[in-house]
Amino acid sequence: MKLNIITPDNVLYNGENVYLVQLPGIDGSFEIMNSHAPLISVLRKGKIKVVVKGTDPKYFDVNGGVIEVLDNKVLILAE
Amino acid sequence: MPGLKEVRIRIASVKSTQQITNAMKMVAASKLRKAQTAILKLRPYAAKLSEIMQNLSATAGDSGESPYTRERSPEKILLVVITSNRGLCGGFNSNVIKTTVNKIKSDYAEQERKGTLSLITIGRKASEYFQKRAYNVVESHDALFDHLTFENVTPLAEKLMKAFAEKQYDRIQIIYNQFKNAAVQRLVVEPYLPIIPAAAEPGTGNPATTKNHDYIFEPDKETILYQLIPKSLRIQLYKAILDSFASEQGARMTAMNKATENAKELLKALQISYNKARQNAITKELLEIVAGAEALKG
Repeated sequence: MKLNIITPDNVLYNGENVYLVQLPGIDGSFEIMNSHAPLISVLRKGKIKVVVKGTDPKYFDVNGGVIEVLDNKVLILAE
Repeated sequence: MPGLKEVRIRIASVKSTQQITNAMKMVAASKLRKAQTAILKLRPYAAKLSEIMQNLSATAGDSGESPYTRERSPEKILLVVITSNRGLCGGFNSNVIKTTVNKIKSDYAEQERKGTLSLITIGRKASEYFQKRAYNVVESHDALFDHLTFENVTPLAEKLMKAFAEKQYDRIQIIYNQFKNAAVQRLVVEPYLPIIPAAAEPGTGNPATTKNHDYIFEPDKETILYQLIPKSLRIQLYKAILDSFASEQGARMTAMNKATENAKELLKALQISYNKARQNAITKELLEIVAGAEALKG
Protein backbone atom coordinates (compact mmCIF):
# COMPACT_ATOMS: atom_id res chain seq x y z
CA MET A 1 0.00 0.00 0.00
CA LYS A 2 0.99 3.59 -0.45
CA LEU A 3 1.75 5.75 2.56
CA ASN A 4 2.01 9.52 2.87
CA ILE A 5 2.75 11.25 6.15
CA ILE A 6 2.68 15.03 5.92
CA THR A 7 2.91 17.83 8.47
CA PRO A 8 2.14 21.50 7.85
CA ASP A 9 5.86 22.18 7.37
CA ASN A 10 7.16 19.02 5.83
CA VAL A 11 6.72 15.64 4.22
CA LEU A 12 7.76 13.00 6.75
CA TYR A 13 7.24 9.91 4.68
CA ASN A 14 6.25 9.16 1.13
CA GLY A 15 6.55 5.64 -0.16
CA GLU A 16 4.97 2.62 -1.75
CA ASN A 17 5.02 -1.04 -0.75
CA VAL A 18 4.45 -0.36 2.91
CA TYR A 19 3.66 -3.57 4.76
CA LEU A 20 2.25 -2.18 7.99
CA VAL A 21 1.62 1.11 9.81
CA GLN A 22 1.10 1.23 13.53
CA LEU A 23 -0.71 4.34 14.77
CA PRO A 24 -1.60 5.94 18.09
CA GLY A 25 -5.39 6.25 17.81
CA ILE A 26 -7.28 8.26 20.42
CA ASP A 27 -8.86 5.04 21.73
CA GLY A 28 -5.63 3.06 21.63
CA SER A 29 -3.02 1.88 19.21
CA PHE A 30 -4.04 0.25 15.95
CA GLU A 31 -2.42 -1.09 12.80
CA ILE A 32 -3.20 -0.83 9.13
CA MET A 33 -2.09 -3.40 6.59
CA ASN A 34 -2.55 -3.88 2.90
CA SER A 35 -6.04 -3.48 1.39
CA HIS A 36 -7.61 -1.95 4.45
CA ALA A 37 -11.19 -0.74 4.13
CA PRO A 38 -11.74 3.05 3.79
CA LEU A 39 -11.23 4.66 7.17
CA ILE A 40 -11.08 8.08 8.79
CA SER A 41 -9.76 8.42 12.29
CA VAL A 42 -7.92 10.79 14.59
CA LEU A 43 -4.59 10.23 16.28
CA ARG A 44 -3.23 11.38 19.58
CA LYS A 45 0.34 12.24 20.53
CA GLY A 46 2.64 9.30 20.04
CA LYS A 47 4.80 7.33 17.65
CA ILE A 48 3.95 6.14 14.17
CA LYS A 49 5.70 2.94 13.17
CA VAL A 50 6.18 2.19 9.49
CA VAL A 51 7.30 -1.26 8.37
CA VAL A 52 8.54 -1.98 4.88
CA LYS A 53 9.44 -5.64 4.39
CA GLY A 54 13.14 -6.32 4.37
CA THR A 55 14.12 -3.06 6.12
CA ASP A 56 14.20 -1.82 9.68
CA PRO A 57 10.98 -0.19 10.90
CA LYS A 58 10.88 3.61 10.88
CA TYR A 59 9.41 5.69 13.70
CA PHE A 60 7.91 9.16 13.58
CA ASP A 61 6.82 11.26 16.54
CA VAL A 62 3.55 13.12 16.10
CA ASN A 63 1.49 15.48 18.24
CA GLY A 64 -1.76 14.11 16.92
CA GLY A 65 -3.24 14.07 13.46
CA VAL A 66 -5.82 12.66 11.10
CA ILE A 67 -5.65 9.52 9.01
CA GLU A 68 -7.54 8.69 5.86
CA VAL A 69 -7.38 5.30 4.17
CA LEU A 70 -8.82 5.04 0.70
CA ASP A 71 -8.08 2.74 -2.25
CA ASN A 72 -5.03 1.25 -0.53
CA LYS A 73 -3.61 4.73 -0.05
CA VAL A 74 -2.95 5.90 3.49
CA LEU A 75 -2.73 9.62 4.10
CA ILE A 76 -1.72 10.89 7.53
CA LEU A 77 -2.04 14.58 8.25
CA ALA A 78 0.25 14.79 11.27
CA GLU A 79 1.05 17.70 13.52
CA MET B 1 21.63 73.09 -17.99
CA PRO B 2 23.12 71.74 -14.75
CA GLY B 3 26.87 71.75 -14.33
CA LEU B 4 29.08 68.80 -15.13
CA LYS B 5 29.97 68.08 -11.56
CA GLU B 6 26.40 68.06 -10.26
CA VAL B 7 25.31 65.63 -12.96
CA ARG B 8 28.24 63.36 -12.16
CA ILE B 9 27.32 63.32 -8.48
CA ARG B 10 23.71 62.54 -9.27
CA ILE B 11 24.72 59.70 -11.56
CA ALA B 12 26.83 58.21 -8.79
CA SER B 13 24.01 58.48 -6.27
CA VAL B 14 21.41 56.96 -8.59
CA LYS B 15 23.81 54.15 -9.37
CA SER B 16 24.31 53.27 -5.73
CA THR B 17 20.55 53.39 -5.12
CA GLN B 18 20.09 51.08 -8.05
CA GLN B 19 22.57 48.66 -6.57
CA ILE B 20 20.65 48.63 -3.32
CA THR B 21 17.26 48.08 -4.95
CA ASN B 22 18.75 45.37 -7.11
CA ALA B 23 20.23 43.60 -4.10
CA MET B 24 16.91 43.86 -2.26
CA LYS B 25 15.19 42.37 -5.26
CA MET B 26 17.56 39.40 -5.23
CA VAL B 27 17.09 38.86 -1.50
CA ALA B 28 13.31 39.05 -1.85
CA ALA B 29 13.42 36.60 -4.74
CA SER B 30 15.32 34.01 -2.76
CA LYS B 31 13.08 34.49 0.29
CA LEU B 32 10.07 34.23 -1.97
CA ARG B 33 11.26 30.85 -3.23
CA LYS B 34 11.39 29.54 0.31
CA ALA B 35 8.08 31.06 1.36
CA GLN B 36 6.42 29.82 -1.79
CA THR B 37 7.52 26.23 -1.21
CA ALA B 38 6.19 26.44 2.33
CA ILE B 39 2.78 27.71 1.29
CA LEU B 40 2.54 25.31 -1.62
CA LYS B 41 3.34 22.42 0.71
CA LEU B 42 0.71 23.53 3.19
CA ARG B 43 -2.08 24.03 0.67
CA PRO B 44 -2.70 20.34 -0.12
CA TYR B 45 -2.62 19.63 3.62
CA ALA B 46 -5.19 22.33 4.34
CA ALA B 47 -7.29 21.30 1.35
CA LYS B 48 -7.35 17.65 2.45
CA LEU B 49 -8.22 18.59 6.02
CA SER B 50 -11.10 20.80 4.97
CA GLU B 51 -12.25 18.11 2.55
CA ILE B 52 -12.42 15.56 5.36
CA MET B 53 -14.15 18.09 7.57
CA GLN B 54 -16.74 18.95 4.97
CA ASN B 55 -17.31 15.30 4.30
CA LEU B 56 -17.83 14.74 8.01
CA SER B 57 -19.99 17.73 8.79
CA ALA B 58 -22.20 16.99 5.80
CA THR B 59 -22.93 13.50 7.10
CA ALA B 60 -22.55 13.91 10.85
CA GLY B 61 -25.82 15.75 11.22
CA ASP B 62 -26.01 18.53 13.76
CA SER B 63 -22.58 19.48 15.00
CA GLY B 64 -23.85 22.33 17.14
CA GLU B 65 -22.17 21.12 20.30
CA SER B 66 -18.73 22.45 19.38
CA PRO B 67 -18.00 25.75 21.13
CA TYR B 68 -16.40 27.05 17.94
CA THR B 69 -19.40 26.85 15.66
CA ARG B 70 -21.87 28.77 17.77
CA GLU B 71 -22.82 32.09 16.29
CA ARG B 72 -23.51 34.96 18.67
CA SER B 73 -24.64 38.47 17.97
CA PRO B 74 -21.48 40.40 17.08
CA GLU B 75 -20.93 42.54 20.17
CA LYS B 76 -17.24 42.04 20.75
CA ILE B 77 -15.15 41.93 17.63
CA LEU B 78 -11.53 40.95 17.19
CA LEU B 79 -9.65 41.66 14.00
CA VAL B 80 -6.33 39.95 13.34
CA VAL B 81 -4.36 42.18 10.99
CA ILE B 82 -1.37 40.65 9.25
CA THR B 83 1.24 42.88 7.62
CA SER B 84 5.00 42.71 7.27
CA ASN B 85 7.80 43.77 9.58
CA ARG B 86 9.61 45.78 6.95
CA GLY B 87 8.58 48.32 4.38
CA LEU B 88 9.67 48.89 0.79
CA CYS B 89 7.21 46.47 -0.67
CA GLY B 90 4.89 48.74 -2.62
CA GLY B 91 1.30 49.01 -1.47
CA PHE B 92 1.42 45.77 0.48
CA ASN B 93 1.08 47.14 3.99
CA SER B 94 -0.92 50.26 3.26
CA ASN B 95 -3.54 48.16 1.48
CA VAL B 96 -4.02 45.97 4.53
CA ILE B 97 -4.24 48.96 6.83
CA LYS B 98 -6.60 50.82 4.53
CA THR B 99 -8.90 47.82 4.26
CA THR B 100 -8.89 47.36 8.02
CA VAL B 101 -9.78 50.98 8.65
CA ASN B 102 -12.53 50.86 6.03
CA LYS B 103 -13.87 47.62 7.44
CA ILE B 104 -14.04 49.15 10.91
CA LYS B 105 -15.77 52.24 9.56
CA SER B 106 -18.29 50.38 7.44
CA ASP B 107 -19.12 47.30 9.53
CA TYR B 108 -17.99 47.84 13.09
CA ALA B 109 -18.39 51.57 13.69
CA GLU B 110 -20.80 50.95 16.55
CA GLN B 111 -18.56 48.43 18.29
CA GLU B 112 -15.64 50.79 17.93
CA ARG B 113 -17.56 53.60 19.60
CA LYS B 114 -18.47 51.32 22.47
CA GLY B 115 -14.90 50.18 22.76
CA THR B 116 -15.64 46.52 22.12
CA LEU B 117 -13.54 46.32 18.99
CA SER B 118 -10.06 44.91 19.51
CA LEU B 119 -7.14 44.30 17.21
CA ILE B 120 -4.32 41.81 17.24
CA THR B 121 -1.56 42.89 14.92
CA ILE B 122 1.04 40.64 13.36
CA GLY B 123 3.88 42.52 11.69
CA ARG B 124 5.50 45.74 12.81
CA LYS B 125 3.86 47.94 10.18
CA ALA B 126 0.34 47.32 11.43
CA SER B 127 1.45 47.41 15.07
CA GLU B 128 2.99 50.85 14.65
CA TYR B 129 0.08 52.25 12.71
CA PHE B 130 -2.68 51.10 15.01
CA GLN B 131 -0.85 51.70 18.27
CA LYS B 132 -0.17 55.31 17.32
CA ARG B 133 -3.84 55.91 16.71
CA ALA B 134 -6.68 55.39 19.14
CA TYR B 135 -7.27 51.73 18.41
CA ASN B 136 -7.53 49.05 21.01
CA VAL B 137 -4.56 46.85 20.13
CA VAL B 138 -4.57 44.00 22.64
CA GLU B 139 -1.55 42.14 21.35
CA SER B 140 1.19 42.42 18.77
CA HIS B 141 3.12 39.48 17.46
CA ASP B 142 5.91 40.97 15.41
CA ALA B 143 8.50 38.31 16.17
CA LEU B 144 6.50 35.56 14.48
CA PHE B 145 8.14 36.23 11.15
CA ASP B 146 11.63 35.60 12.52
CA HIS B 147 10.96 31.91 12.95
CA LEU B 148 7.90 31.10 10.95
CA THR B 149 7.01 27.53 11.91
CA PHE B 150 3.80 25.79 12.72
CA GLU B 151 4.90 25.29 16.35
CA ASN B 152 5.35 29.03 16.82
CA VAL B 153 1.98 29.94 15.35
CA THR B 154 0.06 27.31 17.31
CA PRO B 155 0.03 29.16 20.68
CA LEU B 156 -1.63 32.20 19.09
CA ALA B 157 -4.26 30.00 17.46
CA GLU B 158 -4.92 28.31 20.82
CA LYS B 159 -5.27 31.71 22.45
CA LEU B 160 -7.79 32.87 19.85
CA MET B 161 -9.84 29.69 20.26
CA LYS B 162 -9.82 29.97 24.02
CA ALA B 163 -10.82 33.64 23.92
CA PHE B 164 -13.69 32.80 21.63
CA ALA B 165 -14.85 29.82 23.67
CA GLU B 166 -14.79 31.95 26.82
CA LYS B 167 -16.86 34.59 25.05
CA GLN B 168 -14.27 37.32 25.21
CA TYR B 169 -15.04 37.84 21.55
CA ASP B 170 -18.11 37.07 19.50
CA ARG B 171 -16.46 37.22 16.14
CA ILE B 172 -12.87 36.93 14.97
CA GLN B 173 -11.74 37.88 11.48
CA ILE B 174 -8.36 37.82 9.79
CA ILE B 175 -7.25 40.46 7.32
CA TYR B 176 -4.27 39.53 5.19
CA ASN B 177 -2.79 39.27 1.72
CA GLN B 178 -3.38 35.97 0.03
CA PHE B 179 -0.61 34.74 -2.20
CA LYS B 180 -1.58 34.23 -5.84
CA ASN B 181 1.77 34.43 -7.56
CA ALA B 182 4.91 36.53 -7.25
CA ALA B 183 3.26 39.59 -8.78
CA VAL B 184 -0.31 39.25 -7.55
CA GLN B 185 -1.67 39.30 -4.02
CA ARG B 186 -5.30 39.20 -3.10
CA LEU B 187 -6.41 41.07 -0.03
CA VAL B 188 -8.93 39.04 1.93
CA VAL B 189 -11.05 39.52 5.04
CA GLU B 190 -11.54 35.98 6.26
CA PRO B 191 -13.91 34.86 8.99
CA TYR B 192 -12.02 32.82 11.57
CA LEU B 193 -14.45 32.20 14.39
CA PRO B 194 -17.21 31.17 14.63
CA ILE B 195 -16.79 28.50 11.98
CA ILE B 196 -19.43 28.79 9.35
CA PRO B 197 -20.43 25.20 8.59
CA ALA B 198 -19.43 23.77 5.23
CA ALA B 199 -17.69 26.96 4.23
CA ALA B 200 -16.08 25.57 1.11
CA GLU B 201 -13.14 27.57 -0.10
CA PRO B 202 -13.77 28.11 -3.77
CA GLY B 203 -11.41 26.19 -5.98
CA THR B 204 -9.96 23.80 -3.40
CA GLY B 205 -10.80 20.22 -4.05
CA ASN B 206 -13.93 18.73 -5.41
CA PRO B 207 -16.53 18.16 -2.68
CA ALA B 208 -18.11 15.34 -4.67
CA THR B 209 -15.04 13.12 -4.75
CA THR B 210 -15.08 11.78 -1.21
CA LYS B 211 -18.81 11.81 -0.62
CA ASN B 212 -19.63 8.34 -1.81
CA HIS B 213 -17.01 6.25 -0.10
CA ASP B 214 -18.08 3.96 2.65
CA TYR B 215 -15.70 5.11 5.34
CA ILE B 216 -15.26 3.47 8.68
CA PHE B 217 -15.18 6.21 11.30
CA GLU B 218 -13.12 5.45 14.34
CA PRO B 219 -14.36 6.10 17.04
CA ASP B 220 -17.30 8.02 15.50
CA LYS B 221 -18.02 10.99 13.28
CA GLU B 222 -18.88 13.44 16.04
CA THR B 223 -15.71 12.74 18.00
CA ILE B 224 -13.56 13.06 14.92
CA LEU B 225 -15.20 16.31 13.92
CA TYR B 226 -14.80 17.63 17.43
CA GLN B 227 -11.10 16.80 17.32
CA LEU B 228 -10.62 18.16 13.84
CA ILE B 229 -12.03 21.64 14.38
CA PRO B 230 -9.15 22.95 16.53
CA LYS B 231 -6.68 21.34 14.15
CA SER B 232 -8.16 23.06 11.15
CA LEU B 233 -8.26 26.37 13.02
CA ARG B 234 -4.55 26.13 13.78
CA ILE B 235 -3.87 25.34 10.15
CA GLN B 236 -6.04 28.21 8.97
CA LEU B 237 -4.12 30.77 11.00
CA TYR B 238 -0.77 29.31 9.99
CA LYS B 239 -1.85 29.38 6.36
CA ALA B 240 -2.92 33.02 6.60
CA ILE B 241 0.45 34.02 8.04
CA LEU B 242 2.39 31.99 5.50
CA ASP B 243 0.28 33.45 2.72
CA SER B 244 1.00 36.94 3.94
CA PHE B 245 4.72 36.23 4.23
CA ALA B 246 4.98 34.87 0.69
CA SER B 247 2.91 37.80 -0.59
CA GLU B 248 5.22 40.23 1.16
CA GLN B 249 8.28 38.80 -0.55
CA GLY B 250 6.47 38.82 -3.89
CA ALA B 251 5.35 42.41 -3.43
CA ARG B 252 8.84 43.48 -2.42
CA MET B 253 10.39 41.74 -5.39
CA THR B 254 8.00 43.46 -7.79
CA ALA B 255 8.48 46.84 -6.15
CA MET B 256 12.25 46.57 -6.15
CA ASN B 257 12.30 45.35 -9.73
CA LYS B 258 10.31 48.43 -10.70
CA ALA B 259 12.65 50.67 -8.73
CA THR B 260 15.70 49.17 -10.41
CA GLU B 261 14.14 49.74 -13.78
CA ASN B 262 13.25 53.33 -12.93
CA ALA B 263 16.82 53.92 -11.82
CA LYS B 264 17.99 52.58 -15.15
CA GLU B 265 15.75 55.02 -17.04
CA LEU B 266 16.90 57.87 -14.86
CA LEU B 267 20.54 56.96 -15.40
CA LYS B 268 20.02 56.99 -19.14
CA ALA B 269 18.51 60.48 -19.04
CA LEU B 270 21.24 61.71 -16.72
CA GLN B 271 23.95 60.27 -18.92
CA ILE B 272 22.54 62.15 -21.93
CA SER B 273 22.44 65.41 -20.03
CA TYR B 274 25.98 64.76 -18.77
CA ASN B 275 27.23 64.20 -22.31
CA LYS B 276 25.50 67.35 -23.50
CA ALA B 277 27.02 69.41 -20.70
CA ARG B 278 30.44 67.98 -21.45
CA GLN B 279 30.10 68.70 -25.18
CA ASN B 280 29.00 72.27 -24.39
CA ALA B 281 32.01 72.82 -22.18
CA ILE B 282 34.37 71.58 -24.89
CA THR B 283 32.75 73.76 -27.56
CA LYS B 284 32.99 76.76 -25.28
CA GLU B 285 36.66 76.12 -24.57
CA LEU B 286 37.43 75.71 -28.29
CA LEU B 287 35.68 78.94 -29.11
CA GLU B 288 37.69 80.72 -26.46
CA ILE B 289 40.98 79.38 -27.82
CA VAL B 290 40.07 80.26 -31.40
CA ALA B 291 38.97 83.72 -30.32
CA GLY B 292 42.21 84.16 -28.37
CA ALA B 293 44.37 83.11 -31.34
CA GLU B 294 42.38 85.42 -33.59
CA ALA B 295 43.01 88.32 -31.22
CA LEU B 296 46.78 87.64 -31.15
CA LYS B 297 46.95 87.57 -34.94
CA GLY B 298 45.23 90.91 -35.22
